[in-house]
Amino acid sequence: MSSRERILGRVRRALADVPQDDTPYEQAVSRDYVREHGERSVAQTVDLLAENLADYRAIVHRCTAAELAAVIGRLLAERGSKTVLVPAGPNEEWLGGTDAERVPDRAESTPHELDQVESVVTGCAVAVAETGTIVLDGGPDQGRRRITLVPDHHICVVRVPEQVVSSVPQALERLDPVRPLTWISGPSATSDIELDRVEGVHGPRTLEVVLVSG
Amino acid sequence: MSGTFVGMPAFPKAAHEAVNNPTLRGNLRHATHTIRAKRATAVAELTDWAALREAGKRIKDHTLRHLDRYLEQLEASVTAAGGIVHWASDADEANRIVAGLVKATGESEVVKVKSMATQEIGLNEALEAEGIRAYETDLAELIVQLGKDRPSHILVPAIHRNRGEIRDIFEHEMSEWGRPAPDGLTDTPAELAEAARLHLREKFLRAKVGISGANFMVAETGTLVVVESEGNGRMCLTLPETLISVVGIEKIVPAWRDLEVFLQTLPRSSTAERMNPYTSTWTGTTDGDGPRTFHLVLLDNGRTDTLADEVGRQALRCIRCSACLNVCPVYERAGGHAYGSVYPGPIGAILSPQLRGTASEIDASLPYASSLCGACYEVCPVAIDIPEVLVHLRERVVEGGPVTREGNKVVLQPAKGHAAERAAMRAARWAFTRPGALRTGQRLASRTRRLHPRTLPGPGKAWSGSRDLPPVPAEPFRDWWQRTQGGKGGAK
Repeated sequence: MSSRERILGRVRRALADVPQDDTPYEQAVSRDYVREHGERSVAQTVDLLAENLADYRAIVHRCTAAELAAVIGRLLAERGSKTVLVPAGPNEEWLGGTDAERVPDRAESTPHELDQVESVVTGCAVAVAETGTIVLDGGPDQGRRRITLVPDHHICVVRVPEQVVSSVPQALERLDPVRPLTWISGPSATSDIELDRVEGVHGPRTLEVVLVSG
Repeated sequence: MSGTFVGMPAFPKAAHEAVNNPTLRGNLRHATHTIRAKRATAVAELTDWAALREAGKRIKDHTLRHLDRYLEQLEASVTAAGGIVHWASDADEANRIVAGLVKATGESEVVKVKSMATQEIGLNEALEAEGIRAYETDLAELIVQLGKDRPSHILVPAIHRNRGEIRDIFEHEMSEWGRPAPDGLTDTPAELAEAARLHLREKFLRAKVGISGANFMVAETGTLVVVESEGNGRMCLTLPETLISVVGIEKIVPAWRDLEVFLQTLPRSSTAERMNPYTSTWTGTTDGDGPRTFHLVLLDNGRTDTLADEVGRQALRCIRCSACLNVCPVYERAGGHAYGSVYPGPIGAILSPQLRGTASEIDASLPYASSLCGACYEVCPVAIDIPEVLVHLRERVVEGGPVTREGNKVVLQPAKGHAAERAAMRAARWAFTRPGALRTGQRLASRTRRLHPRTLPGPGKAWSGSRDLPPVPAEPFRDWWQRTQGGKGGAK
């Protein structure tokens, strides 16, 4: 007997008390919880996102689409970054304001090569206001998962209000589980020393989020 | 479970040492009290917490009641997404499968995401025996590994260490494993985190094989979820060419939508955050992004035996948040090591004796490692009635009875150590069913009450060592009731 058959057999014997006509999934699971917490206008939801991002030590900037290239250019210059990883999507509209060397997101790059790059600029798939979370799904303006992991400085562009949802349930509705997803809430952190939160371990230690309107 | 715990003494003996260690008690008190207050604040932010808790409970219960169907569905969806599914009945089989998969890659080292399942099966030791070195990459796991120590908390395995002790471990041990600690390392948490970043980075960048567990597996889509803070999880899940995930069969949820409950309740219950810094989800393999090969090892190792117990099976709802540890007065004083398992605290006290059975001294004593105060049940985000299961397991230890071990129904003998308790209970039953004898006995006890000892002799000595014997009243209650007609008119 294979272990598969053995385990499934044990499960079935263990569940001998469960009737054939047990309550089906739809009725067995109560969903009395709310879809979002509190009532907010669209502008208030964006404000809450900014507030919660900042609460977990992300640095939040707000600008219009016309100002975006200049803002990204300034953030890279202030950081002193000479190299910036860029997924396939972003164009001059995002990167026209920087003379940092652009390193494309390529399959053949080794992790050691990525480790030499100072910053990365990406978009996101959705942002969650209640938790201060940005979610990346590997879309053209986000690239492979590793490019937002190895460099120490991540600039993430969020289009507001269209990419912002209030809550976790609303975010999951918008996301495709087939795509590899990375949910990011502030820079990397740990609670492992005396259960107190400290920012900055293995992921980017600086997370800057640019909320772009218009 | 892990060989590191074999031969553990019973809980009271193991706890005795911890209770007499002032540094350990200070560390635990500081850490658990810090997180307690924060958790309460994070939970209070969600007005629908009770509904989320109920939904989480029901999702998990429903899944467990149809686990065979969901396991088959998960296998099919993971396979369709490009993953390879393996089944492991016990720890040895899981370790053999993983070692074989690592060897097939030709590699002799792996990087690991923190995983309770791999701790439970003692994977690192098993790999070491096969010539494969496993590097723990979670900060607390790293502290435990470097310190040749054992984990003492589900979320923060090194909770028993304070910053000064961590600094010393890093300074003395890091060079053995790779990049040494920076010169002049102090005990500030930021510097300690930086030291771990530098030490582990070279390992991440060269790693070809990653090993993880998972917080959730979605049957409908074949998606696995890892919830973490530091980014070490992301490193292990995305940089290596091969990813092996070892996951307990109870980690399934039916649908993608079900994550909307647990991604709200888990971070707030465990680290008291609105959301943990990083959550990764992946479904099989993705062309050009992340590992090219993905293996999922589904682990039983006592879970189906636990499932067979209609009262005890609720322990399988656990999402490993560790909120119950942080509020437990016994855990706070005894520490995690006394529980003799990778699962300490209240959840460990009901999980370990079910996963491993109650044959060993430590496992038979775990259901008693509680004052039954119920704080654990109160904070549990999937509403596991831990006190109910504790009492149920105490009964099993004392009375014996039918249980399932390794898939077979066996009848457990009553535990030896409880002979006096059983004799006392039998005597009580005899007396309570004979009113005449009870009355005579009570009157006798009242008249001789000045002669009663303050502590019990013989086998009762240990019991009265930490308790006062109740004083016997001058007049039995039933005599008083008859004499005063039930206390009418305020009669004394």
